[in-house]
Amino acid sequence: MRRTFLTSMALSMGLAAGVAQAQEKSLTLCWAAWDPANALTELSRDFTARTGIAMNFEFVPWTSFADRFLNELNSRGKLCDLMIGDSQWLGLAAENGHYVKLNDFFEKEGIDINDFLPATVYNYSTWPKGSPNYWALPAMGDALAWVYRKDWFARPELREAFRKEYGRELAPPRTWDELMEVAKFFTGREIDGKVRYGVAIYTERGSEGITMGVTSALYPWGFRYQDPEQPYRMEGFVNSPEAVEALEAYKALYECCTPPGHSDAYMVANLDAYKSGQVAMQMNWFAFFPGILKDEQVGEVSGFFVNPRQNEEASVLGGQGISVVSYSDKKDLALQYIKWFAQPEVQQKWWALGGYSAHRAVLEAPDFPESAPFAGDFLEAMSNVRDFWQEPEYAELLQAMQRRIHDYVVADKGTAKEALDKLIQDWTEIFEDAGKL
Amino acid sequence: MSALDQARSIVEPTPFSRRLAAVVILVYALVSSIPLAWIVATSFKTPSDAIAYPPKLVFTPSLEGYVNLFTARTRQTPEYLASLPPPETWYEELVRKRNMVITGPSRFAGRYANSLIIGFGSTFFAVFLGTLAAYAFSRFRIPLKEDLLFFILSTRMFPPIAVAIPVYLMYRQLGLTDTQLGMIILYTAVNLSLSVWLLKGFIDEIPKEYEEAAMVDGYSRLQAFRKVVLPQAAAGIAATAIFCLIFAWNEYAFALLLTSGLAQTAPPFIPNIIGEGGLDWPAVAAGTTLFLLPVMIFTIILRRHLLRGITFGALRR
Amino acid sequence: MNRTPVSSDTPSPAVPRPAPAPRPGLSDRTVAWLFVAPTLFLLLAINIFPLLWNIYLSFTNYKANAPNRPLRWLGLRNYERLLSNEDIWASMQVTARFVFWSILLQVVLGFALAWLLNRRFRGHGFWTTVIVVPMMLSPAVVGVFWTYLFQPQAGIFNYIVNFFYDFGDFTMIGDPDLAMWAIVLVDTWMWTPFVMLICLAGLRAIPEYLYEAAEVDGASSWRQFWTITVPLVLPFLMLAVLFRGIENFKMFDMVVELTSGGPGSATELASIYLKREAFEKWRTGFSAALAVVLFVTVFGVANIYVKLLNRVKER
Repeated sequence: MRRTFLTSMALSMGLAAGVAQAQEKSLTLCWAAWDPANALTELSRDFTARTGIAMNFEFVPWTSFADRFLNELNSRGKLCDLMIGDSQWLGLAAENGHYVKLNDFFEKEGIDINDFLPATVYNYSTWPKGSPNYWALPAMGDALAWVYRKDWFARPELREAFRKEYGRELAPPRTWDELMEVAKFFTGREIDGKVRYGVAIYTERGSEGITMGVTSALYPWGFRYQDPEQPYRMEGFVNSPEAVEALEAYKALYECCTPPGHSDAYMVANLDAYKSGQVAMQMNWFAFFPGILKDEQVGEVSGFFVNPRQNEEASVLGGQGISVVSYSDKKDLALQYIKWFAQPEVQQKWWALGGYSAHRAVLEAPDFPESAPFAGDFLEAMSNVRDFWQEPEYAELLQAMQRRIHDYVVADKGTAKEALDKLIQDWTEIFEDAGKL
Repeated sequence: MSALDQARSIVEPTPFSRRLAAVVILVYALVSSIPLAWIVATSFKTPSDAIAYPPKLVFTPSLEGYVNLFTARTRQTPEYLASLPPPETWYEELVRKRNMVITGPSRFAGRYANSLIIGFGSTFFAVFLGTLAAYAFSRFRIPLKEDLLFFILSTRMFPPIAVAIPVYLMYRQLGLTDTQLGMIILYTAVNLSLSVWLLKGFIDEIPKEYEEAAMVDGYSRLQAFRKVVLPQAAAGIAATAIFCLIFAWNEYAFALLLTSGLAQTAPPFIPNIIGEGGLDWPAVAAGTTLFLLPVMIFTIILRRHLLRGITFGALRR
Repeated sequence: MNRTPVSSDTPSPAVPRPAPAPRPGLSDRTVAWLFVAPTLFLLLAINIFPLLWNIYLSFTNYKANAPNRPLRWLGLRNYERLLSNEDIWASMQVTARFVFWSILLQVVLGFALAWLLNRRFRGHGFWTTVIVVPMMLSPAVVGVFWTYLFQPQAGIFNYIVNFFYDFGDFTMIGDPDLAMWAIVLVDTWMWTPFVMLICLAGLRAIPEYLYEAAEVDGASSWRQFWTITVPLVLPFLMLAVLFRGIENFKMFDMVVELTSGGPGSATELASIYLKREAFEKWRTGFSAALAVVLFVTVFGVANIYVKLLNRVKER
C-alpha cells in the first residue's frame, strides 16, 4: 500500500518533470555547462520561433563532459541529437561512426565551409586533418588567454614598486619570463588589506585541465608533438630541451605564485579565485570573457592579454564544432538546426550574445576588433593556435599526459625530463597498440 | 571480600563511569553531526554566504539553494529584466533579484523521480525473488545449499567497476543502456545477495511447525507459504525491503557508467550542479538534504534491525 | 551470533490427524526449484556470465570504443603487462594503505564507542541513532560535500582545526601528503558506527556470569578485560574487519568525488585506476585482466579470512 502510494507520487513527479521527453517535434542538444551554453539557449529561441521545433539541452560540467558524452557516444545512446563535442573527438567520432558526415548536406543546402575561418575548419571540422571530410560545423571558436586586474596594474604605488624592482613598467606580460616576474611581484603582496597572489593557472587532474595549462607554456617554447618528417616519432621532440624548460617554468609558476589549495583547478576554480580577488591574473578560455565583463565584482576592472610568447607565438586551441549524432532518430530535424546555425545573421547574433562565432562574415568585419575588449586578442590567438592530438586514441593520450604532468608539477615526482620521457613511453605504447608504430 | 568492593566493575558500571561514558558519547555524537548539520545549514545560505571566508556561522537564511536546485536560469541584463512583467511567484522574485530569469525546471526532479522508480522497482523484485529463494533455502534440502549460499554472498565482493565492464557491453548490445528497466534489473541482481541472506535469517526464525500443521490440514505447500509464513515474515520482509532500497538509493558507480540523460539517478547528478562559477554549493547542499531525507527516516524506522541489515544477517541483536 | 529459533510449545489448534493424504498442489521439489531458479538465473546472467566474459576479454585486445577493430588474441600478454606496470603496483599500494589505516582507526574508535555505550546510560539509544546516520548516506554525495568542508578558505574543517591549533594554511585534499588522511578521515567518519554496532552486539552477548565469576576469583578489571572481553568480542571484530576490508578494497564513489584519485595519483585506488583504464582510455581487454586479478585477490583473501574467522568462533 505504502509502495503504491509512493510509486504513484514518483510517477507524477516524473511526469511533471518529463517535459523534455515529449515526443512532438523537439531536439536535444548536448554540450558543456558554461556561459556560452546559456547564450546558445537564448540564441536557439530564434530557431524554435522559425521552425516550431522545441530545443532541449543537456549541459554537463566540463570536468565530467568528456567522460559522460564519450560514454554516451560509445553506448550508442539516443539522448543527443546534436552534439557540440570537443575538437579532439573528431578522430574517434569519425572513425567509429558516431557523427554524421556533413559533406552531402553542405552541398545540398549550399553551405560553403569556406565561409568559416580556415583555422576553425581545419581544427573543428575535418578528419583526417586537413582533408575535405567534414564531420562538424565550426560552432565555437576558442583559445586560452589571460585576464588581469587593470585597476591594480594602474595603481601608482604598485607601478613605482615594480619599476624599482624590475626596471620596467608594470604592464600585461608579453613573454613568459615577464609573466613570471609579474606573478612573483603580486604574490604575497597586501592590497586593500588582504594578501594576494600572482596567478590562477590550470592544474586539474581529472579531465584535461593541467594538460591545457601546461601546453600554454609548451607551445610558446616551441614544443612539437612529433617529428614533422616521421609521424609518431616523438623522441627528441616531446622531450626536447625547450620542452623541459617550459615544463619547469610551469611548475615554478605553480609553486611560487598560485593561491594555497590550487592543486586541482580548472576553469571554474580559476574564475572563483579571480573574482574573489585572490589573484592578479588568471588563465582561462575566451569563452568566459564576456561573462567576466558582466561580473558585479570584477567586470569594470578586468583587462585581457593573449598568451605570452617565448621562442614563438602560440596559443592553446579550444573551441568546438556542432555535429549530428548518427544514433539519433531525428537526424533531419538536427540538420535543420545546423542549416539555421550556419546563417550569417544567426552567427552575428551568436557573437553578440557571447558565443564565439567562427564565421568569416563576423570575424573579418572591419568593426570586429572594436566590438569587444578581447576581440582583437581573439583574432590574434586564433591566428597561431595549436591543438592537442586529435587521433582516435586521443582519450588515452590525454590521460597519460594528465597523469605524468600532474605527478611532476603538483605531486613533486621526478624531474621534468623524466616526466616527459615517461610520457613518450606511454604514448609509444598507445600508438603501438593502435598499430601505428 | 575486597574484589567485590572494587569501584570499577564491568557488569555493574558505577554512576560515575556511566556519566563519563555519556559525556564522551555525547561529544562524539555532536562532533560527528557537525558535517551534516553544516551541509543542511548551507542549503539555506545564499551562494555568496556559502563561499564566504572565513565561514559564516551566523547568516540570514534564504531559500535560494532550493530554488536553484529546481530551476534552470539565465543571467540577463538589467534592461531586459526591467522590460519583463513583474514576477508572479516568490521564487521568480528571488531569482530576479540576482538579475536572472527562470527558463524552466531543472533536471533534478526527473533524477529524483528516477531514483524513486529504480529504487522501488528493484527493491520490489529483489525482495520478491529473495523471499522465495530464502524460503526454499530455509525449508528444503537443496543440493549444494551451502555452496550456493556462499556463491550468492560472494557476488557482493565484486568491485562494481569490474562488473560494469561486461555489463556495459551487454547492455549496449541489448539496448538497455540509459533505461530504467536496465538499471532495475541490475540493482535487483546486486541486491539479491542481500535480500536472500537477510530473509533466510528472518524465515529461519519462524518455526516450521506452523506451516507443517497447515499442510497437515490440507493446504498445499504454496498455500501454506502464502497464508502462514508470509504474514509472520512481514516485518522481516519490510526491513529487508528498506535495506535494499537504501542500497539502490545510494548507488553511484553503475549509475555513473550505465545511465545518461534518461535514466540517471540523483547520486551522479548532485555533484554536478553548476552555478555561475563552479558548483552551486547551496543547491548541492539542498539536493543533498532532500536526498538524505528518506534515508534518515528509514534509519529511524530500522533502528532495531540495523545490525542485522549491515551484516547480511550474520548478526542479530 | 545466531540464536536458535525458539520452537513453539504447541502446534496450531489440535486437529485429529487423518491418514496422510497426498497433499494438493505442487510437490515440494517443484516448489523448491520454482523458488530458487529465478534468483539463480538472474545471478548467473548478471554476475557469472559477465565474469566469464571478463575472463575472455582479458585475453584479447578489445577496445569498447572501437568495436569494429579486428580482435586479436593476446594470450597472457595483458596479464604480463599488468604485473610489470608500476602504476598498478602504486595503485595497489595506495589501496592497501587506505584499507589498513581506515580499518585500524575504525576498529579502535568503534570498539571504544561500543565499550562506552555498553554502560547503558540514559538516552544511549537516541545517541546511537545519531551516531549511526553517516553510515546510511550515499558515499558519492558524502564525497562531494566533504570537498566543500575541506576547502581551505570557505570550509569549516580548516576553520575548526585552526581554532584549536594554528597550522596555518593547509589543504587536506590538495596536498599530496595529506590527501590520504583526508580520505581515511571521511571513511572513518562514515563507518565507525558500523564497527561500533557490531562490537556492541558482541559486548552485549557476553554472559554476565563470566564477569561475576572472575570477580569472585579476585581478577582485576584489567585482567577481566583481557581474558574475557577481548577473546569473546574478537569474532565480532573480525567480522567487522572482513566487511569493512571488502568494502574499502572496492571503494570508488566516495574517493572519486572527494579527490578524483589525486593529487597526482596519491589517492588513486584500484577501482579508480580500473575505471580510468576501462571507461576513459577504453582499454577493455587490459582492464578486464585487471578486474579478474582484483576479484581473485579479494575472493581469495576473503576465503582465507573466513576460514580463520570460523576457527576463532569455535574456540
